[in-house]
Amino acid sequence: MSEYKILIYGYGNPGRQDDGLGNAFVEKIEAWVKEKNLKGFEFDSNYQLNIEDAAAVADKDLVIFADASTEKIERFILTPVDASTKVVFTTHAASPGYIIGLCKKIYNRTPPTYLLHIKGYEWEFKEGLTKKAKQNLEESLKAMKEKLLNPSELIDSFEDFDVTIE
Amino acid sequence: MEQKITIEPVTRVEGHGKVTIHIDDEGNISQSRLHIVEFRGFERFVQGRPYWEAPVLVQRLCGICPVSHHLAAAKALDVIVGAGTGDGLTPTGEKMRRLMHYGQIFQSHALHFFHLVSPDLLFGVDADPAIRNIIGVIKKHPDLAVQGVMMRKFGQEIIKATAGKKIHGTGAIPGGINKHLTQEEKDSFLNGPDPLNIDKMISWSVDAVNFLKAYHKENKEFIDGFAAFPSSHLSIVRKDGALDLYHGVLRAVDADGKKILHDVDYQDYLKYINEEVRNWSYMKFPYLLDRGKENGWYRVGPLARLNTCDFIPSPLAQKEFEEFKAYTNGKPNNMSMHMHWARLIEILHAAEMMKELLNDPDLMKGDLVVKGKKLSEGVGVIEAPRGTLFHHYAINENDQLTMANLIVSTTNNNEPMNVAVNLAAKQFMTGQKKITEGMMNAVEVAIRAYDPCLSCATHALGQMPLEIVLVDRANNIIDRKRT
Repeated sequence: MSEYKILIYGYGNPGRQDDGLGNAFVEKIEAWVKEKNLKGFEFDSNYQLNIEDAAAVADKDLVIFADASTEKIERFILTPVDASTKVVFTTHAASPGYIIGLCKKIYNRTPPTYLLHIKGYEWEFKEGLTKKAKQNLEESLKAMKEKLLNPSELIDSFEDFDVTIE
Repeated sequence: MEQKITIEPVTRVEGHGKVTIHIDDEGNISQSRLHIVEFRGFERFVQGRPYWEAPVLVQRLCGICPVSHHLAAAKALDVIVGAGTGDGLTPTGEKMRRLMHYGQIFQSHALHFFHLVSPDLLFGVDADPAIRNIIGVIKKHPDLAVQGVMMRKFGQEIIKATAGKKIHGTGAIPGGINKHLTQEEKDSFLNGPDPLNIDKMISWSVDAVNFLKAYHKENKEFIDGFAAFPSSHLSIVRKDGALDLYHGVLRAVDADGKKILHDVDYQDYLKYINEEVRNWSYMKFPYLLDRGKENGWYRVGPLARLNTCDFIPSPLAQKEFEEFKAYTNGKPNNMSMHMHWARLIEILHAAEMMKELLNDPDLMKGDLVVKGKKLSEGVGVIEAPRGTLFHHYAINENDQLTMANLIVSTTNNNEPMNVAVNLAAKQFMTGQKKITEGMMNAVEVAIRAYDPCLSCATHALGQMPLEIVLVDRANNIIDRKRT
């Protein structure tokens, strides 16, 4: 169905409760993609993003990062990742914007990239998502499945994507 | 009137750190301190859990170097399951773990040098931060940035092949390992298309050492003099004195090279090492018991390891080691910025060791696990990228963990980092009324040499702006700067 190369990449630490929201999103969306027999998808999951991910996104037509969020959002939001924003690389990990910025500088490519922020609540040394985080995860999955059935919309509208889905 | 300058948090290191610098009426630095907010809940959290879960559980502690915690915990549990202390595993078990560890060292050192340190070296400590970053490096030396990315990627793939997966790897288990290396994985690492093959990694590692040496030649004053101070050094070494990042005996030397900890069994580490608590820091201050709190502190990490070992058991790194040692006439090297030189020699060593292991048939066949008479307590020590890492566990008759004690590399380097900060502050801030970017970065460069990881592993917990607050003796804020 899709001839696009799409990367869906969740990051966070599943051993710290809701910090694993991004990883859980990838696990569930991957199962759905297999069930639907959709083509062109790649999946990855890690504790955090890092510089080698610039190579992983370089040949993609669409990249979606998924992460837990502590921001004041309702359940989840999808926002475009702008490589032109100020590069912040202050730690051993990297932000989505940094990864795309690095990709642009090294490989001269900026694939349309979005960040799915899923609201989390608890961050202790425990496995498993909180009940509210699970609900947010399910809501985000429902919305993203619709989007991924027609990925060209996300790709084509990237330049003027100014409305977040929620 | 005494003034206090606060730099909070420290950029390009992990977690949250704060530096306070006190200046007296004459503009002299009276005191500098690195404050670190460290999570201490983990040691309590594991209590009551089945011991075999520990190598996976400990990866929750740090998303930056989970492999080091994974392996240190597995080594401690080797003792508990009666598999001995490192040399009791099957050849396959030990060699697969070593490959995992060298992959970790390789990728971690590559990230630190190419993406965190190279901007300081290429543009200078006092350069405009708008160009003193990796984007500036790409413009000036695009090859360096690409090499950093690909070396990280290669190391990560080695970890994935040995630990099984990126998140909560399960490769190392009490008494051994749970998988062999496949023929496909071996072929890919040895003969994959450029640049992702081991020969290219070795070649780039040689280039990196040469880059640093050339830089050193042109910037001797800075590299030799910045935040240099005499100290003791501690690490594990192989029983014959060789550099060994995975297993060995504990050795420490003083600033002149005299052995002050004589190749002792790390199962007995509590006989030799204690940790001091100071009321202004959450992080403890380890020291050698028989030298006392005042004089017993030591450095760990790449510089310490090259100061404690007698030789490096891989030919290209040994050649570089000889040049490194000759620079200080065989005496310990006490120059903080030479940590970068030592780190690059270790990158080369790790690459050479990976090649040797990838050609070893034991990785693809043979028994994976060994067990013996169970014990109730065990200690595992490993040389993590940042330095010596201790894991100590005890269990009860129900196989539940009853005690965990961890001394992480960054804690071992607590006092040296404080000394380095103080020296950098004195060098760059004495007599100054205004805080410049260059001054701020000088302090950070001193800390960054130790590659501290203050990670809480939960990236969502905070962002990392940089703030400096200038406070007078009455605690009035007289200046504030934020990046």
